[in-house]
Amino acid sequence: MQGAVLNEAERLNQLFQQAGAKTVHADVLQPAETLLDIYGEDIRARAYITADPLRGEMMLRPDFTVPIVQAHMAGGVDPARYCYAGKVFRKQETDETRNVEFVQAGYEVFASASPAEADAEVFALISQGLNGLPVRAATGDIGILKAAVRGLNTSDARKAALMRHIWRPARFTNLLHRFGADPVQSETRRAILSAADPFADVGPSAGLRRRAEVAARIERLRQDAKTPPISNEELALIDRILGLRDTAPKVLLDLRDIAQSLPAIAPAVDTLAARLDALEKRAIDVEALEFEGSFGRTSLEYYDGFVFGFYAEHHAEMPPVATGGRYDALTSVLGKGRVIPAVGGVIRPALAVQLREGHND
Amino acid sequence: MIKLGVPSKGRLMDKTFEWFGQHGISLRKSGSDREYSGVAEGIEGVELVLLSAGEIPRELAAGRIHLGVTGSDLVREKIALWQSQVQDLAGLGFGGADLILAVPDGWVDVETLDDLDAVAAAFRAAHGFRLRIATKYHRLVREYLREHGVADYQLVDSQGATEGTVKNETAEAIADITSTGETLRANGLRILDAPVIHASQATLFQSLGAPLDASDIKRLSLLKARLGL
Repeated sequence: MQGAVLNEAERLNQLFQQAGAKTVHADVLQPAETLLDIYGEDIRARAYITADPLRGEMMLRPDFTVPIVQAHMAGGVDPARYCYAGKVFRKQETDETRNVEFVQAGYEVFASASPAEADAEVFALISQGLNGLPVRAATGDIGILKAAVRGLNTSDARKAALMRHIWRPARFTNLLHRFGADPVQSETRRAILSAADPFADVGPSAGLRRRAEVAARIERLRQDAKTPPISNEELALIDRILGLRDTAPKVLLDLRDIAQSLPAIAPAVDTLAARLDALEKRAIDVEALEFEGSFGRTSLEYYDGFVFGFYAEHHAEMPPVATGGRYDALTSVLGKGRVIPAVGGVIRPALAVQLREGHND
Repeated sequence: MIKLGVPSKGRLMDKTFEWFGQHGISLRKSGSDREYSGVAEGIEGVELVLLSAGEIPRELAAGRIHLGVTGSDLVREKIALWQSQVQDLAGLGFGGADLILAVPDGWVDVETLDDLDAVAAAFRAAHGFRLRIATKYHRLVREYLREHGVADYQLVDSQGATEGTVKNETAEAIADITSTGETLRANGLRILDAPVIHASQATLFQSLGAPLDASDIKRLSLLKARLGL
């Protein structure tokens, strides 16, 4: 089995190289600090952490994103294509049956020009890598939701708060509904906001968060209390986007309709249309392609545009055989603000082998 | 032989002995007060094993003891998927303490978890690193904050004197066990207005992995009957 998996990884790597990708080799041990900075505390539940006496906390690579982006920033050209194949390591805290180490084979494109083309290129190549396997593809586009949030008729502070939680569906909905109603304030909060000196009852400040930062937030809370609620019409439009679930061309029609009331999403909808055209040119059956409005909203992935997954037919319990998407926001964190448009996809060769063998039986 | 793990010192040990005593089972240390071996009397086939309360969860999970008394907070923190490895037989009604989040008194703008989340975002933007929460309960706190959608924080390990970390500027907030809140107040901290992370008490657990032969099964059910379980 292990041999078959390595052969499959090698086959995929060659496929990716033929598409113009340069192979990147990454260390198994990655600095924990960088991973913690981009993924947050949740990564500790997913990645194995170990300590080096001199280098401090290190993590067994949970994916190849960080080394790939770093390799690109250290002297990549535009456009650049990379591929990799190797093991990743994931703690499984809730499901003993899932593997803690498995091989990934991936393909990444860094290109500033024509994102729709790059999106389609990655999707088509991953699809080609899975050619003949009993899988179905699901797609989505976080860019549309982001555009919708940016287009809401509310304060920048509220938009930023929503944007920050776009990958946490429950929290996002919660916030959206709070912003859609009149503010509920506790008595303490009312007293603080109306006090001439909010600090009258507390002693000297302790800790690194200084009094000026507290005062600044009180001012923001005062402003927020004056912000009118987001209208029910707008809330309903967001709900409609999140509830979209149909073939891509039908969703496109729906989105054109929503854009009549929420013009801010029009450019993102155009991007989707351009992507579907580009996919069609690459012989993808767009008419049958599934699209879901809330697909890809999981933390620890942070896709922020096109997003896709390939799932085994008749094996609902199996993790996705391949996943991918656009992750510009993540690269901008790693690039310290430098914009590096990036889209990639990754296949798990072991699952592909498992499906192929099952299929041949 | 049924192995019963009990905390090896202090109030937790005394209260546990008392609880078993009320059910007619006398537990006591054997030999000198400093020696960590004990005897169980008033019932056949039970061996008393004295252990640090912090090690009892691990021993239960490994199946090296059949029963153990320890804080429910420790079991939830130290055993992944704890419900599949141990069974909660009875809360013993003592050793109660709440695992809570506390912030500096001077954070008059922070009452709830929503506030904490908003402050974490602003703090990260202002200081260039994630807001630090000092705790020794990493798993419980992380799961709690994830469930409540708090982001942009990091946990820093603190195995003791956690309340002092804010003043020392090694953390901005803390998550710790408290029973009266006295130490928190003395260190200028205030409990967040939020559901407790976990309400802990001394609890009798049964290992689901410890091997039992036919006579052990009989002994265990006898013991449980005596304890009214």
